[in-house]
Amino acid sequence: MDATHRHLSKENSRENVVFRGDYDMKIFLRFAPEINQEPHISEVILETGAKLNINKASVDAVSGEVVVDVPDEKFNEVVKRFRSRGVEVSILEHPVILDEDECINCGACISVCHVKALCFKDDWSIALDEKRCNQCGACITACPHGALEFS
Amino acid sequence: MVEKTVQEINQKIKDGSVHVVTAEQMTGIVEELGPEDAAREVDVVTTGTFGAMCSSGAFLNFGHSDPPIKMQRVWLNDVEAYGGIAAVDAYIGATQLSESRGMEYGGGHVIEDLVARKSVHIRAVAYGTDCYPRKNIETEITIDDLNQAIMLNPRNAYQRYNVATNSSDRTLYTYMGTLLPNYGNATYSGAGVLSPLYNDPDFETIGRGSKIFLCGAPSYIIGEGTQHEPQNDFATIMVTGDLKEMSREFLRGAAFHGYGATLYVGLGIPIPILNENIAKKTGISDADIITNVLDYSSPRRSRPTLRKVSYEELKSGTIELDGKEVRTSPLSSFFMARKVASTLKHWIEQGNFMLSQPMEKLPTDTVFGPMKQTKETPLVKDVMSRKMITIRQGKSVEDAAKLIMRGQSTHLPVTSEDDRLIGIITAWDISKAVAQGKYDKLDRTMTRRVITATLDEPIDVTARKLEKHNISALPVIDKDGKVIGMITSDDISRLIAKRNGCHPQAPLEGKQ
Repeated sequence: MDATHRHLSKENSRENVVFRGDYDMKIFLRFAPEINQEPHISEVILETGAKLNINKASVDAVSGEVVVDVPDEKFNEVVKRFRSRGVEVSILEHPVILDEDECINCGACISVCHVKALCFKDDWSIALDEKRCNQCGACITACPHGALEFS
Repeated sequence: MVEKTVQEINQKIKDGSVHVVTAEQMTGIVEELGPEDAAREVDVVTTGTFGAMCSSGAFLNFGHSDPPIKMQRVWLNDVEAYGGIAAVDAYIGATQLSESRGMEYGGGHVIEDLVARKSVHIRAVAYGTDCYPRKNIETEITIDDLNQAIMLNPRNAYQRYNVATNSSDRTLYTYMGTLLPNYGNATYSGAGVLSPLYNDPDFETIGRGSKIFLCGAPSYIIGEGTQHEPQNDFATIMVTGDLKEMSREFLRGAAFHGYGATLYVGLGIPIPILNENIAKKTGISDADIITNVLDYSSPRRSRPTLRKVSYEELKSGTIELDGKEVRTSPLSSFFMARKVASTLKHWIEQGNFMLSQPMEKLPTDTVFGPMKQTKETPLVKDVMSRKMITIRQGKSVEDAAKLIMRGQSTHLPVTSEDDRLIGIITAWDISKAVAQGKYDKLDRTMTRRVITATLDEPIDVTARKLEKHNISALPVIDKDGKVIGMITSDDISRLIAKRNGCHPQAPLEGKQ
């Protein structure tokens, strides 16, 4: 019997604290395999002076996908610079999608959201503030009705 | 003195002069007019709740196939229903899980799909008899193909419910939703001011045979629910209604991550305001309804109560715990509870719903007792080994490797000068460090967030920790954090093998 398992909690990865400033735009970057290992984000930050905030990143040997908050005033410049480096940029208008047909407005999602992107309106229905969302995914796990998903 | 009868109120419903308000509106009316004038003014108060009610399900009758089958085991969309009743009757329970889709789909979803008039796959097996020769059947049905589909929920509409929070340093996934570590949030359930049973806590109008709103259909209370404990404000009711008449708007299958499936049930009870005493009770507000905040990090039957809290505070969005502001989430929907109460109000105002006089009062003295257990539960201290090797902090990875080789143990607790546990290092950690060429001090290689066991912990709790965290040994610590032993999956396997009287090689559930 193999008794040499890792003594590690599965939840370590959930507890990364994410700082958020007042960002207005969110972009999704996709790095093709041939440019995946180059420091594009650092270079764009140095070139533009924009304080980019990484929300979510998945990078391995073959692909890279990163969600970044971009300050409003540098938005066009940042997007242009990434595109000129061959990075695929799409603008994330809806970081998570709330399916109103499935949502029963319980509120299970509200208290698990660290950035307070979810709250009740006056009539006890759920309001989602997309600009606050940092795509951590906690609400998606917490929703008992499968009403939330990444776009 | 105001005195009315149910018959008089029903007459008013018939002639359209009835005055109906929701329990939320009634709070203000009683406050403003006082109970006597409120009783004069208002004839019926409607209540409502919409929450996860696991103790729910439905009896289904499929009709006979040709040749006929006595369905011994039956599955709907791969969710097993209880088939131990007659030949083609079954009971589908809300929490039964799909055998192919696991926790994301269960009995609650099957019930929702039936109500939504979706096609449902039926599979059944039988042993075959002279009168029921068939042994297998598969077919597709909708709810309209069933002779009867009758919802029968053994325990619904909890008067109030406990609030859940988590003092541990790990996220818990429970039937009370996601509980973040270190009191990261608190979850609650129940409609508070609209709670059906809180608006008539002494069952003066609610009883066996009361007509109610259940998932969008006129339905009835059968009697007390299971675990009914009215003296502790945990009253429940058993209810039944025609599933064919119910609406998906007021009934939803649900799945709690890491827990499983359930059913959200919308339930409302009309309360006839027969006198000022009843009016006064329906004047209850969220501030008057108090419940307990429990620490769900304790996996035992009796969880510690951290404090009392009102539904008013819960609904404010935060509660105070341990000097900290903790955000709250309801799991039941107050938005939908309002919709239940207002829909029922509308039905009564339109003359479509008459009130019934209960045939019998609900009991007021039942208690919710614990399970009688005839076999004692083994504890960690009965199983653990007290002989163990530890290593002091400050030593090297190489020292740890030598100790592991000498001691035949793959897990080495790391202790401080005063014997307190500060980390653990395993043979795997050492292999990884060596493979990466990064090994010198123990501190950099060991795991600091150690999962531990305590002496008086039942081994079932320990086995769950081993399984959940995919590990094979835990240090046992005393209340001061000192290491006093080790418990391994092998220790537990041996014990379970002995308990089951089987071969010691029998695999431990969930163990790799």
